[in-house]
Amino acid sequence: MNSDPAIRTRGLRKSFGETIAVNGIDLTVQKGTVYGVLGPNGAGKTTTIRMLATLLRPDSGTAEVFGHDVVEQAQTVREMVSLTGQLASVDEGLTGYQNLVLLARLTGYSRPAARQRADDLLAAFDLADARDRIARTYSGGMRRRLDIAASILSAPRLIFLDEPTTGLDPRSRNQVWDTVRAVVARGTTVLLTTQYLEEADQLADRIAVIDQGRVIAEGTPAELKSSVGGGALHVRLTDSTQREQAKQVLTRVLGTSVRPTTDSAILSAGAGDPALAGQALTALTASGIAVATFSLDQPSLDEVFLTLTGHRAEDTNGTEELVP
Amino acid sequence: MTTTSATTTTPADRGLDTVLLAPERPRRPSPLSATLTLAWRAAIRMKNEVVVQLFDVLMMPVVFLLIFSYLFGGAFAGSVDNYLQFFLPGVLVMAAVMQTLATGHTVSLDIAKGVFDRFRTMPFWQPASLVGAMITDLGRYLLTLVLTAALGLSLGFRPDAGVGGMALAILLILAFSFAFAWIFTTIGLLTRSPDSIQAQSMLLMAVVFCSNIFVDSSTMPGVIRAIVDTNPISHLSTAVRGLVHGTVTAGQLGLVGLSIGALLVIFGPLTMVLYHKRKNG
Repeated sequence: MNSDPAIRTRGLRKSFGETIAVNGIDLTVQKGTVYGVLGPNGAGKTTTIRMLATLLRPDSGTAEVFGHDVVEQAQTVREMVSLTGQLASVDEGLTGYQNLVLLARLTGYSRPAARQRADDLLAAFDLADARDRIARTYSGGMRRRLDIAASILSAPRLIFLDEPTTGLDPRSRNQVWDTVRAVVARGTTVLLTTQYLEEADQLADRIAVIDQGRVIAEGTPAELKSSVGGGALHVRLTDSTQREQAKQVLTRVLGTSVRPTTDSAILSAGAGDPALAGQALTALTASGIAVATFSLDQPSLDEVFLTLTGHRAEDTNGTEELVP
Repeated sequence: MTTTSATTTTPADRGLDTVLLAPERPRRPSPLSATLTLAWRAAIRMKNEVVVQLFDVLMMPVVFLLIFSYLFGGAFAGSVDNYLQFFLPGVLVMAAVMQTLATGHTVSLDIAKGVFDRFRTMPFWQPASLVGAMITDLGRYLLTLVLTAALGLSLGFRPDAGVGGMALAILLILAFSFAFAWIFTTIGLLTRSPDSIQAQSMLLMAVVFCSNIFVDSSTMPGVIRAIVDTNPISHLSTAVRGLVHGTVTAGQLGLVGLSIGALLVIFGPLTMVLYHKRKNG
């Protein structure tokens, strides 16, 4: 049993009436890693997570959490996992402290242990100052952090985070990311869903891209990005007469063609791997070509989808924009 | 891409360490402990908005008691005082039964907010999420009953069976309301939306009016009378009148007991099945 992965699903399916939400998903998530499930709204991310968390029963296929079947051994699975849903599921009528004490008591901790845990977590999640405020008055980021604090309260071996940073400002989002990293550093396995490639890239060891209920690509962030190849290195030359020479260097090092640009001093070339881009810049300097500025951008979720599926991410609220 | 923090020296990290690296995992709480914990949750929520709660609990019985006694009482029963002796037990029933709506409303709010999603992934005795809240709601029913009874007494209501009869009547209403509330937890889980409270409220009002709470059924036409006489709320108010005025019969109490049993047996399990099966698309 020790060799079982944290999650293993085979042919997982779920329909709601006529709508097929999940259409045969196979996932394997190793213990102690962060696994990102990337996809637009309606791709089946939430349904998958809810089946794994024992909230929904699959129509067919199997799902195991640490070797335990999520249907047959739901109770055992519940003792090992914790879910932070898209709706922050904190109790808005209670204070942050009361929320955590409540959940600690329901996990089975004695009253003193529950209080201690609540205070430890409030400190860990930078919420100690808001300890006795009603959660309704919390900001979106504070609510999310309280929610994640509640998730790890029972020291679960696996936590599910369903779009943990959707709707958060950049500062709150970074705090949530730091929190996730700190939790993973202590051995917890995390499965998170996201609409943002950057988020998956920042946090996940492996990523599955899903679309219309199916996994359409799987791998490490680097593998995924290089297979998409959408990222690009942009270089502005100090001397635009060196353009041809620079173009040759870039083509040689990056192995991709240089795209035409309107400004003769600027060159853009596909660069899936940032390390390769660094080598390209070094090679330019070594060839005596001065670079005024450069930038490296990542492919957007839309580019990923366009490349993998041939269609754009079908979504209504802004997946075409990366998180800034 | 996971960055591992090299040192763990900040208070935040120490907090995380004690929570995540603690070796012992507690045993799951007993059903009783889980239920009481969730009753505590409901009580705190009530305490946090005590003014709203008081208004909610008192508004309806006070308005009905005053309007019906002083506007219609003379016409219904010859004098205000006569009518009050008949009506007060009825208004107690109405006050508590209308409060059961709020119990169902709380359930649908918890669903809408996703609070139940977390509870349902936790390994405690699951009915506690509902039973705990309902136990606390008994406190609210009790509050509305005591305050309404006190108002009735100050207006001139005199129970022939004294304090003991009143206390028994209130206990009977509490038992019935606890059972009746499962109807609205069922509806709350079925509709999933807190917005349907208006429609439910109108429906319950119609059921309350089709009972003998306000007037005796003996003057009603045949069909209506048959409906009113089979309404469990009529049985309850008849038994409550009997208890406060010392004329109660075993048959009257038996009918109420039957309703309580039937409500619990039907709507209790139904609520739990819906609670477990509820899908969130």
